[in-house]
Amino acid sequence: MARVEDHASLAAAQADIARDAARRLDVVFRSGAGIFSILVLLIAWEAFARSGRVTPFMLPPFSAVVERIYTDAAGGDLWINLGLTLYRSMAGFLIATFGGIALGTAMSRSRLAYWCFDPIISVGFPMPKIAFLPIIMLWLGLYDVSKISIVVFDAIFPVVTATLAGIASVEKELLWSARNMGANERQLMWQIVLPAALPQILTGLQVALPISLIVAIIAEMAMGGYGLGGAMMGASRFADSRGVFAGIVEIAIVGYVLIKAMALLRRRLLVWHQEATDQNMN
Amino acid sequence: MTRTALRYLPLLLLALAWEVTARLNIVDTLALPPLSAVATAWADLIRDGELVDNGTASLYRGSVGLLLAVVGGGGLGIAMARWRLLDVFVNPLVELFYPLPKSALIPVTVLWLGFGDGSKILLIFLGCMIPVTIGAYNGARGADHALIWSARSMGASRLRMMWDVIMPSALPELLNGIRTALALAFILLVSSELIVSQQGFGYLIGYLGATGSYEGMYAVVLTVAFLGFAADRLYQLLMQRLLRWRE
Repeated sequence: MARVEDHASLAAAQADIARDAARRLDVVFRSGAGIFSILVLLIAWEAFARSGRVTPFMLPPFSAVVERIYTDAAGGDLWINLGLTLYRSMAGFLIATFGGIALGTAMSRSRLAYWCFDPIISVGFPMPKIAFLPIIMLWLGLYDVSKISIVVFDAIFPVVTATLAGIASVEKELLWSARNMGANERQLMWQIVLPAALPQILTGLQVALPISLIVAIIAEMAMGGYGLGGAMMGASRFADSRGVFAGIVEIAIVGYVLIKAMALLRRRLLVWHQEATDQNMN
Repeated sequence: MTRTALRYLPLLLLALAWEVTARLNIVDTLALPPLSAVATAWADLIRDGELVDNGTASLYRGSVGLLLAVVGGGGLGIAMARWRLLDVFVNPLVELFYPLPKSALIPVTVLWLGFGDGSKILLIFLGCMIPVTIGAYNGARGADHALIWSARSMGASRLRMMWDVIMPSALPELLNGIRTALALAFILLVSSELIVSQQGFGYLIGYLGATGSYEGMYAVVLTVAFLGFAADRLYQLLMQRLLRWRE
């Protein structure tokens, strides 16, 4: 009997190992294919641009774009533009984060706050808030304040709704047992409710982050001046297509890095959560 | 009825507060014209046809771009979920373009197609395609294998399988992807028209702002905001209807 069980568990262990190996191979294969696809795309870009079928104005070769990014970086312009865009989008994102969590928490705790803000949030969320940009420019001028304000205005909605949903879904048993063990309201909030709502809040932040970047760039494009968006628009006005494509590549890298960093932060903050172990399992 | 009224009362109070602050000159009426003046400006814009003409141009661009994105993105997503080879090679590209802030495409589409309809349609198509692709892909991949096997064993053809098994199971996530795309389409449409255009809602907002008729500018902004809101609510109703069989 024992032998049979041994065999069974051995078979299961072997199956596990085989599955693990297959998964590893799949990961290697996939990352290899990923690099391959991106290389193919870049080579196709270069070849197509050099083939003479399009003018260098319509599509400058990738190498020329890289060269342009290099000279911008060496001349220092790139860092000024990059710094300003990051400053505007991240300042707006952080204000929206803290403001959104605070508002969402207040709404879930006070019926008056909920009554006041629920219609505004539910009507405002699906609106294209970027249409208010000229009004914000009218009020606050063409400087950083108005750029950051429109970012906050756009990014705060997903944070509030995620906070509300996260707090609403906290298990009642958790609250009861914490209260039973003598936790006061403040401890309850900081040690039970907010950590339990954290996964959903982070999902809201993951929605708000790309919005912050998109809106900051639109604001820069509309108002001009320094910043990655402003630089791209300036290049487009002077028919400097290398500058436009350099801008796309730069903005794409910024977006990629920020979104990966946010995913990493999520994994860090939620090590204790079911979700993290789920990811390790499969 | 009274409950909905009570629920939306804060919005009414907000509108009232707007009117009062503007009427009492608490803030500069140039920066914040009274709501009633905005309503009059709106009626004027409707009467002389400016709002309707520009609105039609915008809605045409938006709906064509979105339609292309739904067809292209939905097709690509389902194809990726069905053919592993396509998945392996295209998925990295989707992942590469997914985090790209879509507004960066505005100057490029202008470079390629100029200031007219074409550049806006291309922008909305490119910008909205990725969320639809991801929705269709996740949905189609989640199709129950038991369902696929039993359909196959009952002799379903490839096309039938696609239509009767894969599509219905992909539908909820696909529809969610399209909802994201719908919101994104409004954002891209209005912002590209604000930045470079000679027609459309965004152009009208910029034009009225530049000529100092702020009542009109407010009227168009509120119209666009309302249309975005209404489109989302209508889409939600459509979604509920399409997914009713799941209950």
